[in-house]
Amino acid sequence: MKSDGLFRIGCVMGTALVGAAVFGPILAPYDPTAVVAARLAEPMPPGAPFYLGTDDLGRDVLSRLLYGARISVLVGLVAMSVTMTIGTAVGLTAGYFGRLVDIVLMRITDVMLAFPGLLLAVALVAVLEPSVWTIFVVIGLVSWTGVARVIRSEVLSLREREYVVAARAMGAGSARILWRHILPNILPTMLVIAALSTSGTILLDAGLSFLGIGVPPPTPTWGRMIQEATSYYRVAPWLMLFPGAAVLYAVLTFNFIAYGLARQGRAPSA
Amino acid sequence: MRYIVARIVWALVILLGTSTITFGVAFLVPGDPARVIAGPRADAETLARVRSDLALDAPVATQYARYLGRLVRGDLGRSYATREPVGTLLLRRLPATATLALAALGVAIAIGLLGATVTARFAGTWIDRTALVASLTLLSAPVFWLGMLALYYVGYRWRLLPLGGASSPRHLILPALVLGSGTGVYYARLLHTNLVEVLGQEYIRAARGRGVGPVRLLFRHALRNACLPLVTVIGLDLAALMNGVVLTETVFHWPGIGRLAFEAVLNLDVPVIMGAVLLSASLVVTASLMVDLVYRAIDPRIRLE
Repeated sequence: MKSDGLFRIGCVMGTALVGAAVFGPILAPYDPTAVVAARLAEPMPPGAPFYLGTDDLGRDVLSRLLYGARISVLVGLVAMSVTMTIGTAVGLTAGYFGRLVDIVLMRITDVMLAFPGLLLAVALVAVLEPSVWTIFVVIGLVSWTGVARVIRSEVLSLREREYVVAARAMGAGSARILWRHILPNILPTMLVIAALSTSGTILLDAGLSFLGIGVPPPTPTWGRMIQEATSYYRVAPWLMLFPGAAVLYAVLTFNFIAYGLARQGRAPSA
Repeated sequence: MRYIVARIVWALVILLGTSTITFGVAFLVPGDPARVIAGPRADAETLARVRSDLALDAPVATQYARYLGRLVRGDLGRSYATREPVGTLLLRRLPATATLALAALGVAIAIGLLGATVTARFAGTWIDRTALVASLTLLSAPVFWLGMLALYYVGYRWRLLPLGGASSPRHLILPALVLGSGTGVYYARLLHTNLVEVLGQEYIRAARGRGVGPVRLLFRHALRNACLPLVTVIGLDLAALMNGVVLTETVFHWPGIGRLAFEAVLNLDVPVIMGAVLLSASLVVTASLMVDLVYRAIDPRIRLE
């Protein structure tokens, strides 16, 4: 029962988050890149008409946050899809075909696991052209390993089940067995790791933005807003407080969903 | 003995793999690798020299062999911001990072042990559930933001600890706490599951029946077995910890490899970034090798196999 609670809270939070991402430009009171405050170089504390204050360039923090929600959710979901696609492909292939294929793929996974994901992403972004697309691909490239390992171990146990053996005996090809018999059975696990990896990609993206190599300006990102606030955190703490809370909110949403789903799956009734 | 040799060989293979990937990133990028390595401000003469130094017009296999040759000699190229050898730069920053990482690991283990014993003792009650939501929340917060919150409140508003830098041992406290807390609550969850399982086993009930006190029961009997699986994850966790190191060092101006990597990103100093990547991957490989060997030494069940 309790697990349902976390999952439901996560879903409610997620609806609000996606709402902010989709309707952000309508909800935002100002243009996120426009100078709207009367005085420059002096961030204004939260209060009407700038409910979350303004930054050092006189831009409205609330509007920037709402536009930032768009890019964070987009990067989170697309990079998660890239991560899941690579991870599932590697995990399925390694687990199902076994032998040499498994050995080679898992050794590559082991090598990738030795890299701190953020640093490898930094290196990749540094040599590539910075753009939203680069961020999608780079985050996918550095974070598929965990997915591959989980999927592989699931497939390993499913491969020997009677219905799979029976399907094979009746002459079903590998593609059919994977698609019709294995994939539907690992779907619950995939949902959990998809939610987990979304929170992971949002955090990684925020980290990259914070280091100054995320989605390039003028698109406002939460990570870069925090980075820009570092020089002002003593006089204008709201500049880092709100974007950080926004990242926390988005990541927590997907962690709640993941954790709720995982516990639901383990419940005896399910 | 044979296991140890095999394990060391395996670690070397992984190291070779990481250097191959680093080579791939640095040399096989679309565009001009000489431009990437020499930096955006390099003139035509420098570019030509880099090209001949690195044999960039030779076949990929030759380039790769030379790259490995340079790595074996400890030659990681030169920073184009300071013209210093990357190896020297990294070695100078290594002690600071090692200090921070070890302190954070200590914090993490302390939080893990404390959190797990408390939540296992109160398993299923509101204390356990609150702790779960609290740890999920902490794990969801970006570590650099936690660092800035700590700087603002503890350092600036309450003036309890120094603001940033590394000039005294007191400077270590905040970054170590911030970096270690996330890993700590993660350990607490892992250890919690193990501990609840171990506490339900026969030998614990037998010990309790013999009149072993609760404290002794927990520390001498339950915790020792519950901790074993934790040891195996610590090595690989170092990779995750290194991610945090980069961000934490950046926020706290801690003069380690992470801060160096951040400064290198600002200058797009590719050789330094690649060096930092390679060094941290080697640290992770070495740490997980040592953890595996230690694990074998302390768990008699594995030794017997």
